Amino acid sequence: MITTSGLTKVYRSRGREVTALDGVDLHVREGEVYGVIGQSGAGKSSLIRCVNLLERPTSGTVTVAGQDLTALAGRGPRAGKELRRARSRIGMVFQHFNLLSSRTVQDNIELPLEILGRSGRDRSRKALELLDLVGLADKAKAYPAQLSGGQKQRVGIARALAGDPKVLLSDEATSALDPETTRSILQLLRDLNRQLGLTVLLITHEMDVVKSICDSAALMEKGRIVESGTVSELLATPGSELAAALFPVGGEATGADRTVLDVTFHGEAATQPVISQLSRTYNIDISILGAAIDTVGGLQVGRMRIELPGRYEDNVVPVGFLREQGLQIDVVGQEGQEPVLVKDGAK
Amino acid sequence: MTWSEMQPLLEQACWDTLYMVGWSTVIAVVGGLPLGLLLVLTDKGGLLQNVVVNKVIGQVVNVARSMPFIILMVALMTFTRWITGTTIGREAAIVPLAVGAIPFFARLVEMSVREVDGGLVEAVQSMGGSTWKVVRSVLVPEALPSLISGTTTTIVALIGYSAMAGTVGAGGLGDVAVRYGYQRFETGMMWITVAILAVVISLLQFAGDFAARTLHRRTGRTSGLLLFRPLRGIFPGTVATDAVKKS
Ligand SMILES: Nc1ncnc2c1ncn2[C@@H]1O[C@H](COP(=O)(O)OP(=O)(O)O)[C@@H](O)[C@H]1O
Ligand SMILES: [Mg+2]
Repeated sequence: MITTSGLTKVYRSRGREVTALDGVDLHVREGEVYGVIGQSGAGKSSLIRCVNLLERPTSGTVTVAGQDLTALAGRGPRAGKELRRARSRIGMVFQHFNLLSSRTVQDNIELPLEILGRSGRDRSRKALELLDLVGLADKAKAYPAQLSGGQKQRVGIARALAGDPKVLLSDEATSALDPETTRSILQLLRDLNRQLGLTVLLITHEMDVVKSICDSAALMEKGRIVESGTVSELLATPGSELAAALFPVGGEATGADRTVLDVTFHGEAATQPVISQLSRTYNIDISILGAAIDTVGGLQVGRMRIELPGRYEDNVVPVGFLREQGLQIDVVGQEGQEPVLVKDGAK
Repeated sequence: MTWSEMQPLLEQACWDTLYMVGWSTVIAVVGGLPLGLLLVLTDKGGLLQNVVVNKVIGQVVNVARSMPFIILMVALMTFTRWITGTTIGREAAIVPLAVGAIPFFARLVEMSVREVDGGLVEAVQSMGGSTWKVVRSVLVPEALPSLISGTTTTIVALIGYSAMAGTVGAGGLGDVAVRYGYQRFETGMMWITVAILAVVISLLQFAGDFAARTLHRRTGRTSGLLLFRPLRGIFPGTVATDAVKKS
């Protein structure tokens, strides 16, 4: 649904050059919720703004719903008619909501419809319908200043949906909200994705956002995408930084000469009593250092950090047994440092 | 001089001032609003970025705004005659008043429009809105409270300038104050004029601030531009330098 290839963005200001995007290839499939996560300054906003060409890419192409937007862009900084029409089919929600304070909630939602040239009756019917959809039917005549942050974002979402877009872009839509409100907004996005078949590309610096609603995710660092895939693919990738951050388990080895393993269970493997089987089969004592079961991208995933006595070389057979059971085993401390995704403030 | 002698003079003077200030305000707003918007839009990073146009308009506005009104009036005489067919009287005074007030108001518009959150512009662009749509539904309505304050400031400044226009026979309150109060030592006449001006300007400020505040309250924002400024219009220099400092 959204494809970028070789997307590069270089900002030039006062002789200084900042490469915000450095050859980004992104592929978002129709109907999925795709999360891009990364630290502040990684280039996430630049990426999403390049998707609807609010920012002109320095090079590379952007295709949305089969249409090459970069070809529509023209030369000057002004957006031509074609590009504007394409933009009206892409909804966008913002961190700071960007509602017009001079208009009522209803008039804010009608704005995209005015741009599309719809009649007054059409506009108000659609606006009220959307207000109902986002659960704010009683706020039509209120001004944005009279709403809470969560309500403002609901209006922002309703407004983004007014033109019946197939794609919704979200730049840190929940970063200005408290955890409770964040959850309800994410739930709303998830529902809209399911009900309307909306493709959602969202940007965030919060792992919880990716965890709760994304089907796929990409990790951005210094203008590049360093990891990407569906959540289940990522969790099945040994050493995946995103997977470790999505689903961290803690626990230190209790001494030297121990083997620490991270065991990841997906689907039916999670229901089988593998650990006790392992213990019985090889007659070894297993201590559990940490464990968690969680739902990531709608999938039940379990992760457990266990410790076996003896060095890795002594435990090759039990590890092989676990792998045979269809479990994903990461040996902790084997391939260098445990990667850590630092969480940082959004920009 | 008795009251019955003064009354018709004052009445006529009030109407003359109202006439001159009214028309030149209308022209200043009609001319200054697009000019101010253009100053923002053509600026670097603006929606209609155009360095040359921006520099030219900016320079013209700066020069015209800092020109002393009395000189503007004299310098514009040929232009005034071309437009109104005369260089004396109320109609003739409107020309230099409007020419002086357009750049004055344009700068105030520019300041107000610059304060509008760029995110709102971006939101409308993301919906496929044109530059014209951005101007109509974001820049002007979002800056409205501040634009109203700017209009009040402009009217007050125009009342001040209009007093000088009396020297070309335009009449008005300033003219009466100078001719009777200063030249004929009719102190009573002068004080009445001062009182009328003070009341008019205070009412104007009050109405302007009230309108702006009402809009602000609705939209839940406040702005430093909304200060109560009574009496300043009598001394046009004060208003002019004040606006310069703010910009
Ligand atoms: N308009 C701009 N002009 C110059 N540099 C910019 C601009 N926008 C972003 N940048 C720079 O590009 C880099 C990426 O920024 P951004 O895309 O906002 O990252 P993120 O959203 O991940 O925090 C940063 O170094 C930022 O300073
Ligand atoms: Mg950002």
